[in-house]
Amino acid sequence: MSTLKPEINSVDHIQGDDAASIAIVEFGDYQCPYCGDAYPIMKEIEETFGHQIRFVFRHFPLANAHEFAFPAAIAAEAAGLQGKFWEMHDALYENQYRLNGELFDELAETIGLDLEQFQQDSAAEEIKRKIEDDFDSGVRSGVNGTPSFYVNGTKFDGGASDLYQMLKESAE
Amino acid sequence: MLQKGDTAPDFELNATPDQKIKLKDFKGKNVILAFYPADWSPVCSDQMALYNEMLKYFNKYDAQIFGVSVDSVWCHLAFEENRKLHFPLLADFEPKGAISKAYGVYDDEVGESKRALFVIDKEGKIAWSYLSPVAVNPGADGILDALEELSKK
Repeated sequence: MSTLKPEINSVDHIQGDDAASIAIVEFGDYQCPYCGDAYPIMKEIEETFGHQIRFVFRHFPLANAHEFAFPAAIAAEAAGLQGKFWEMHDALYENQYRLNGELFDELAETIGLDLEQFQQDSAAEEIKRKIEDDFDSGVRSGVNGTPSFYVNGTKFDGGASDLYQMLKESAE
Repeated sequence: MLQKGDTAPDFELNATPDQKIKLKDFKGKNVILAFYPADWSPVCSDQMALYNEMLKYFNKYDAQIFGVSVDSVWCHLAFEENRKLHFPLLADFEPKGAISKAYGVYDDEVGESKRALFVIDKEGKIAWSYLSPVAVNPGADGILDALEELSKK
């Protein structure tokens, strides 16, 4: 059984309650259509289970297969430096159907980032390294495709809708 | 299926219509063999896409990866091009599945290789092997653990 390595920590992007009993980690790629499909389901999971859920997103860009996956991850991290990782994360998935190299600045303006700062941060080495560290963590944790989910540190064998189903059943 | 400590059977397989790969030419390098059922099938495609992203990891451990299936070189070429794969796929095509059989990972009933991984050390000995259920993409954590173990020697 594959387990999450390293565990959820302070460099992660975390949504939800620290005290939540269920921690879900997704390894995802912003250009991956299956991750795009999983996005609204994850939102639904967060809404339905509220305080019970803590959600973490780690990058797993398949850069050879998806040319905008890595740049999109950079955009999310650069937005994160201005405290708006999740706003950019949401905007990227909501606009996945028209993902291209020009989209990032547009989204940055839409979510109200300082554009000059955003562009400057997008070129930073440390952001690149953060994404590579996430990828590394995925590889070590046994990620075999995107999206891959971990529930309380253990790899979940299924997609987002299976995850929703499982949570619903265990809540009953 | 061959196990840790067994000598890896040598082979000579086509990677392209005019390029043959011999295992013994890779003495002094670690070799990863990823046997898989077929080009284009859903799980295999994801598995190969994952390894494609990991070449620099394999490189760090001085390891070369080869995918192996019973598909022909022409099929492999089209698959590589379509998925932008940057590592060789070997055609275990004639006699069909001979190398898969030598490694003990041929499925006689469907006529395809099973989904199996081997890490071969620099002396040509098998350092790690793993048989995955056909429908499950085994990922790469096992390969990396095996390579890390070898690098400590």
